[in-house]
Amino acid sequence: MTQAQPPHAAAGAADAEAAEGRVYTVSGEDWDEVVSAAIQSEDFEAGERIVINMGPQHPSTHGVLRLVLTLEGETVVEVRPAIGYLHTGIEKNMEYRTWTQGVTFCTRADYLMPIFNEAAYCFAVERLLGIEDKIPERAQIIRVLMMELNRITSHLGGIAPMGLELGATTIYTQGARLRERGLDLLELITGLRMNHAFVRPGGVAQDLPPGALEAIGAFLDTAPRLVQDLRTLIDANPIFIGRNKGIAYLDLAGCMALGVTGPILRSTGLPWDLRKSQPYCGYETYDFDVPVVDTCDAYGRYLIRMDEITQSMRIIRQCVDRLAERGSPGPDQDPVMIRDAKIGWPARLSLGPDGLGPSPEHIKHIMGQSMEALIHHFKLVTEGFRVPAGQAYAAIESPRGELGAHVVSDGGTRPYRVHLRDPSFNHLQIVAAVCEGGQVADLIPAIASIDPVMGGVDR
Amino acid sequence: MSGPEETQKAGPEETQGSQAPQGPVPPVAEPEPDPDENLPARLGEERLAEPVVRTGMFGVQDTPDTSGYGLLRVHRAPVLASPRPYGSYFDDIADELGRVLESAGIGFSDAIERVVADRGELTFYVRRERLPEVAAKFRDDPALRFELCTGVSGVHYPEDTGRELHAVYHLLSITHNRRVRLEVTTPDADRHIPSLVGVYPANNWHERETWDLFGIIFDGHPGLTRIQMPDDWKGHPQRKDYPLGGIPVEYRGAKIPAPDERRNYS
Repeated sequence: MTQAQPPHAAAGAADAEAAEGRVYTVSGEDWDEVVSAAIQSEDFEAGERIVINMGPQHPSTHGVLRLVLTLEGETVVEVRPAIGYLHTGIEKNMEYRTWTQGVTFCTRADYLMPIFNEAAYCFAVERLLGIEDKIPERAQIIRVLMMELNRITSHLGGIAPMGLELGATTIYTQGARLRERGLDLLELITGLRMNHAFVRPGGVAQDLPPGALEAIGAFLDTAPRLVQDLRTLIDANPIFIGRNKGIAYLDLAGCMALGVTGPILRSTGLPWDLRKSQPYCGYETYDFDVPVVDTCDAYGRYLIRMDEITQSMRIIRQCVDRLAERGSPGPDQDPVMIRDAKIGWPARLSLGPDGLGPSPEHIKHIMGQSMEALIHHFKLVTEGFRVPAGQAYAAIESPRGELGAHVVSDGGTRPYRVHLRDPSFNHLQIVAAVCEGGQVADLIPAIASIDPVMGGVDR
Repeated sequence: MSGPEETQKAGPEETQGSQAPQGPVPPVAEPEPDPDENLPARLGEERLAEPVVRTGMFGVQDTPDTSGYGLLRVHRAPVLASPRPYGSYFDDIADELGRVLESAGIGFSDAIERVVADRGELTFYVRRERLPEVAAKFRDDPALRFELCTGVSGVHYPEDTGRELHAVYHLLSITHNRRVRLEVTTPDADRHIPSLVGVYPANNWHERETWDLFGIIFDGHPGLTRIQMPDDWKGHPQRKDYPLGGIPVEYRGAKIPAPDERRNYS
C-alpha cells in the first residue's frame, strides 16, 4: 500500500476497496469526518452515489432491521430491507412440541403482541378440533380483555420509540410510563410482562387472580388522562407534524397491491377491521368504533393508533363489566377451559412455595384419590391430545394488521406445520415504495409508522 | 335455547294438519329402509389403501410391548375431495370460477384438480401450470374480486410421492368479505411453481421465504434469494428431512436430549 490509510478506513479495507471502491466504517458521531474525507478523496465526483448499511444494529430501525441504502446526497435512491437477523426457527420448533406447548413458542414471535400470536394459533387449532363454539364464555371474555390490553401496550410500544427516534425523549418516557401500567396488568394476570403462553387451545391458562378487575378498573380510571397528556404533547406539535405529515405516503391501490392491512390500510380511509368484518371471539357483541383517517401518511397512522387505544379501553371496560356481572362462582360453574377433559389442560393453577403450579386440590385428587385421573393427567400433559388431520387458517386483527395462523395437522399430537402470516413481515415490503425518492431523514418516521417488530418478521 | 325453535318448527305442521280432512288418517306407505342408513358416511376402509404413517404407541420402539398397542398401524388420512354442495358462499365462488375459466377457454377440471370444503374453509387444488391464470381470475373477476393475497405457506409431505411440496395461498376479498385457499403441489424432483408476484406483488417476500425454507423454486420471481437464512446457507430448514438440531441440556443433574431426539408420543 503506497498511500496513507484514511482515518475511517475499515480493517481489510484494501482488499474490499479493490472490488467495491472505498469502504468506510461509521461508528457514530463521526458523520462529518466521513463526509469530508469522502469529498477530499481524489475519485470523488459530484452526484456520486453512496451505499450505506443502516443497521442491523441501529437505534432507530425498531430492532435488528438492516436497510441497504443507496444515497445521492440526502436523497434515497434505493432502499433494500434485509431481514433474518432474528430468525429463531419458531415454526420449525413447534413441529417438535405438543399442540399446547406450541403456544409457548408462537408467543415469542412478535414480542410486542404475544397474546395475539397465541390467540391466532389457538383459534386455528380450535377450528381443526371443531370446538370453536364450545369455548366457555368466560374464557372468551378474558381473551378479548387480554387482547385489547395487549393492543394498548403494543401501540404504545410503537409510538413511544417513534418519538425517541425523532429525538423527543419526553414522548418516549411518557409513552413508556403508560405502557408500563398496561404491562403491570398483563403481569398481574399472567405472571409475565411478555411471552405469556396464556391463551391455550380450549380456553386460557387460568382465571383472573383476585383483585385483577379492581386493578384494571384503576387503570381505566387513570389511563385516559395519560393518553390525553401524550396527545397534548404530540398531536399539534409542529416538529412532530413536520416530520410525519405527508411522509410514507401509500394510498389504497398501493395497499391492495402490497397486501397491506391494519392501521396503514385504515389510514387510507378504508375501515377494514377483522373484528368488525369477520368477528371472532365474540367481538360482534362489543361496542366500539374503527378509527380511520384519509391522509395515507405517517401522521394519520399515528392518529389511528392513538384512537385505537381509546377504543380498546372502551372494550376493556365492557369486558370488566361482564366479568363483574358474572362474579367468580368458581371453575365448576364458570370455567375458563373447555369442559372436554380430553382436550382441556388442567387450568386450576395456584401459587405455591416453588412458583405457579397445579392447585393442591388437583394434586390431591390425582395423587391420592383416583388412579385414572392420574393416568389421564399424565397422558394429557406428556402426550397431549390428537387433532384431526386437516388444515385451518385463522386470521385476527392484530395491532399491526392481519395476523394469520396457517396450521396443518396430520392427526398426531404435534403440529405438522405452523405458519404465522405476520403483518410486520408483509409490511416491510412497502419500505421501498414509500421511501425511495425521499429524504434519508424521512426514512426514520416512515419505518416507525409501519411499526415492524423484528421478532415477528423473522420468527 | 332450543325451545322457541321447536315451537316455531311445529307451527306450520299444525296448520297443514288442520287443512287436512277430518277423520282417520289414511296409512302412509312406509319408505323402504335404507340398509346403509345407520352407517357412518365414511367407513374408514379407504384409509387402508393409504401409506402407514405411524406404528405403535407412546413412542416405544425397542422395548417389549406390554401395552397391547405395539402392533398399531396408523394410516395416513385419505385425500379429501368434497362433493357439491360445498355450503356457505363456497358454491357461488366455484360456479363463478367455472364460468370465468370457461369464457377464457379453460375447462374447470383442466385448472382445478379438486375442491375441498372442510371445517368452514374452501380449498381449490390448482394445477401448477394454471396457477397464474387462476389467481388472475380470482383477483380480476368482479364476482370473485380477491384483492389481497396474504402470502404463501409451504408444507412438506415426504410420504406424498410425486406431490411432496405444497404451496398454500390464502386469498381475501375485501369487497365480498370472503376467504378462499389455493393449494398447489409439486414433486420434490421438479420443485418449480410459477410465481404469483405478477398478480399479487405482495407475494414477493413470501415466495422468497418459501424458497428459503422449503426449496420451492418460484419461476418468474424477480429476485428469488434467501430471506431468513444467511445467503450462503446450505439446505432448506423447514423441510421434514432437515434435522431440528440442538444439544442435550443438563438440568438438575439430568441430561435432557435435544427436542428431536426425545421420546415422543406420536
